[in-house]
Amino acid sequence: MNEQTLGLLTGIAFGFLLQKGRVLRFDKQVGAMLLKDMTILKFMLSAIIVGMIGIYFLNDIGFIELKHKTMNVGAVVVGGALFGVGWAVMGFCPGTSIGAIGEGRWHAIWAVLGMITGAAIFAELYPFFKQTVLAWLDGGKVSLADVMGLNHWVLIVILSVVYIGLFVFFEKKKL
Amino acid sequence: MNSKTSDGGWSPYLAGALVGVLAILSVIATTNITGKTSFLGASTTFVRAAGFLESSVATAHVDQNEYFKKEKVKIDWQFMLVLGVLIGAFFSSISEKSFKLEAVPPTWAERFGANVPLRAFWAFAGGVVAMIGARLADGCPSGHGLSGLMQLSLSGFAALAFFFGTGVLVANFVYRRRAS
Repeated sequence: MNEQTLGLLTGIAFGFLLQKGRVLRFDKQVGAMLLKDMTILKFMLSAIIVGMIGIYFLNDIGFIELKHKTMNVGAVVVGGALFGVGWAVMGFCPGTSIGAIGEGRWHAIWAVLGMITGAAIFAELYPFFKQTVLAWLDGGKVSLADVMGLNHWVLIVILSVVYIGLFVFFEKKKL
Repeated sequence: MNSKTSDGGWSPYLAGALVGVLAILSVIATTNITGKTSFLGASTTFVRAAGFLESSVATAHVDQNEYFKKEKVKIDWQFMLVLGVLIGAFFSSISEKSFKLEAVPPTWAERFGANVPLRAFWAFAGGVVAMIGARLADGCPSGHGLSGLMQLSLSGFAALAFFFGTGVLVANFVYRRRAS
């Protein structure tokens, strides 16, 4: 199997589960940001609990190497904030916008067109960003466990407890 | 805790946990089959889509652009993954009969009316800003959020906090105060 076929099959399964979890809906995305409906956080954190255990197991047995993204402070702060502004207004993130079209919510096409345009603008501005925002402070490719000086399994247990605690809170408050 | 939600969907805990399983299987499959470990992500595909569209009118310009050279304009694993999400969501919604052609999101229509050009304008503008942000941050809620937090990446925690923190502030400004 080539990488394209594998990507397509994985994507179909991913899209299926995103749709079943109801996270492709504008109302769910905005609902999370209005702190009224935490479906998206329940979905993401459930995936993360299962995923972090499996991925660290695969890493420990030497089957894979982790691929941390760089903790570039300017990039994450400025880029993260800009993303948040756009996310709130459009009501979708990149992956869910595509899935929403699959569900018939064709208004997500405007968000997709905007994001393709945004990518084209970014490509033009890249030399400028490279000398400014991206050059401020590079924290390297590190994990939270490294920074805290904790064994990764200890951190995985702590975070799992925190995430499950959030689930209990969400259910109690009917969020 | 019910396995089904009132809108006929699956429990988000169940669907989410299955995405966790999928992420693990996907890491194993990409490592074994392509020889290169790939984590779930989506936003780089928008760069490649922009590259393809632009190169149909200005090939040389795209060929010379530093960022397009860095990210490589090609149909790769992630590009097909994003296309797969569209197909998977389509079949899932058709099979459970929740597929619905919708011109304006219901929550948006409640606040701002069912005016299509108005929604199109803001969705487009939001998309432009969000993608400039995602490319600066080098990821979106899939790449930084899901894949980053699964790997305990410091950048993932920081990015998700900024995504969500700003999102909460702006959403409360846009959808609450302007409610009229």
